[in-house]
Amino acid sequence: MKRKTILDAAGIQRTLGRLALELAERLQGCQGAALIGIHRRGVPLARRIADKLNEVEKVQVPVGSLDINLYRDDFSSAGTAPVLRGTQVDFDIEGRTVVLVDDVLFTGRTIRAALDALVDLGRPARVQLAVLVDRGHRELPIQADYVGLSLNTRREDHVELHLTEFDGEDALLLETQITAKEGRP
Amino acid sequence: MNWRHKHLLGIEGLAPEEITLILDTAEKMAEVATRPVKKVPALRAKLVVNLFFENSTRTRSSFEIAEKRLSADTLNFSASTSSVSKGESLVDTILNVERMMPDCYVMRHPSPGVGQLISGFTKASIVNAGDGAHEHPTQALLDAMTIRQRKGSFKGLRVLIAGDIAHSRVVRSNIHLLNTMGAEVTVCGPATLLPPHIESLGVKASTAFEEAIRGKDVVMMLRIQLERQTRGLFPSLMEYYQRYGLTEERLKLADKDVIVMHPGPMNRGVEIASEVADGPYSVILDQVENGVSVRMAVLYLLLGGGEDVSAH
Repeated sequence: MKRKTILDAAGIQRTLGRLALELAERLQGCQGAALIGIHRRGVPLARRIADKLNEVEKVQVPVGSLDINLYRDDFSSAGTAPVLRGTQVDFDIEGRTVVLVDDVLFTGRTIRAALDALVDLGRPARVQLAVLVDRGHRELPIQADYVGLSLNTRREDHVELHLTEFDGEDALLLETQITAKEGRP
Repeated sequence: MNWRHKHLLGIEGLAPEEITLILDTAEKMAEVATRPVKKVPALRAKLVVNLFFENSTRTRSSFEIAEKRLSADTLNFSASTSSVSKGESLVDTILNVERMMPDCYVMRHPSPGVGQLISGFTKASIVNAGDGAHEHPTQALLDAMTIRQRKGSFKGLRVLIAGDIAHSRVVRSNIHLLNTMGAEVTVCGPATLLPPHIESLGVKASTAFEEAIRGKDVVMMLRIQLERQTRGLFPSLMEYYQRYGLTEERLKLADKDVIVMHPGPMNRGVEIASEVADGPYSVILDQVENGVSVRMAVLYLLLGGGEDVSAH
C-alpha cells in the first residue's frame, strides 16, 4: 500500500479559499445563502468556508450540520447502528440557497441521502453542492457545483481527509493498493 | 462505542457507556420531532410487532409513535382481541407471528422474564415494554434522559423513589440504571409496600417519608395501584395521602432545585398533590415527551445496522 499526500495544510487552506471566492461570485455576495456541512468532515469544512466568506466578503452566512445516518440506503441488519452525530440547522431553509458541503465526492450515495434529509427540514429555493475533492466513480447522477480538486483515482483507492478538528492535522491523503505487477522490484 | 445487543430485556447488566449511548442517541432523535416532517426512513421495511398482553395506553402509543417516526411497519397485537383470548399459548402465538417475518417484538406481559423465554423462539429482536414486576427498561431510560437534561449528570445525585415499591417494575429498572450511573437511591413507602431485602439492590430503604425526602435532588413518585387497595396493604387512600402523599409542604424539605417525576398515570390526591404535579418543579410531561425519543433510540440501535456513512 502506498500513501501519498495530495494536499498539505497550506494546500487545503488555499483550496478552501478558492471555493469560498467561487461561492461568493456565483451567489453574488451570498445574500440568502446558507452552508450545511455533512457529518463528519463536511461540518468543519462548512465552518471554514463561512469564515473565509466573512473575511473576504464581510458577510455572515449561517452554517448548519446534517446527519444522514437515518437516511442511508443500505437497509441491512448487518453490523451495528452507526453513532448519530445529530442534525443542527438553527435557521429556516425555506426559500434560501443551501450549499451542501462534504469532503470527498465518490459514489454520490451520501449526497443522495443528504438531499432526502434536507428536504425534510423545509423547501430551499435551490440546493448546490461544494466538495473539497471529487474523486470520480459515481453510482448516481450527482455532480458538484463547486469542486476544490478533481482527483483521478481507482475505485479501490482510499481518499482520506485529515482535519485538525478530528485528526490533529490538515492533510489530504491518497492510499493506493499496489498491484502485484507494480509491486515487483 | 457501538451498540452490540440484539435485545433490550432489562437495564440490569448494561454498562454505563451503553446507557450513555442510548441517551445520546435519544437526544439526537428528539431533533426529528422539531422538524416540519417528523419522520425519517431509518427503519423502512422493518416490521415491528407490538405484543401487549396487558393494558397500556402511554407506553404502547409512545412505542407506536417512535416506530412510525422511524418509518417501520407496525402490527398491533393485544391479548384481549386476539387468539390469546381463545386459549392459544404464548409460544404458539410467537411461532405464528414469526412466520410474518418480524424484525422486532415490543412486548408487555404479566410474567417476569418472559422476554428471555421467547428469545428462544424468534430470530427477531425483543424490547421489553414491562414484564410483571421485573423490569421496564425504556421507562427507566426516559426517566434518566429527563434527569440528565435537568441535572447534567448522575454522579452523586440524591434520588428518592416513593410509593408502591413492591409491585413496581419501574422501580427495579430505575434502581439498576441509577446505581450504574453513580446516583444514590433511597426508596420509601409503607412497610407493606416495601419488599424485604430491597437494600440488597444497593439502595437505602425508609418508611418515614419526611425524613427520606430531605435534601433530595430528584423525587420520583410511583402510582398507587388502586386495584390493589382491596388487599388491605394500607388502611385508606386518604390515610396514604396524609402519610406518603407528595404535598407542597413536604416538597420544601427537598433540595431547592428538586425535580418531581411520575411515570404516570397519576392519582392526584393519592400519591401526589395537584399543585405539585402541575407545579414549577414537575417534569412529568417532559418524561412523556422523552419517552418517544428514547424508544426511537432503542429501536434504531437494535435494528438500524449498516455502514456509517459519516465515518470517513
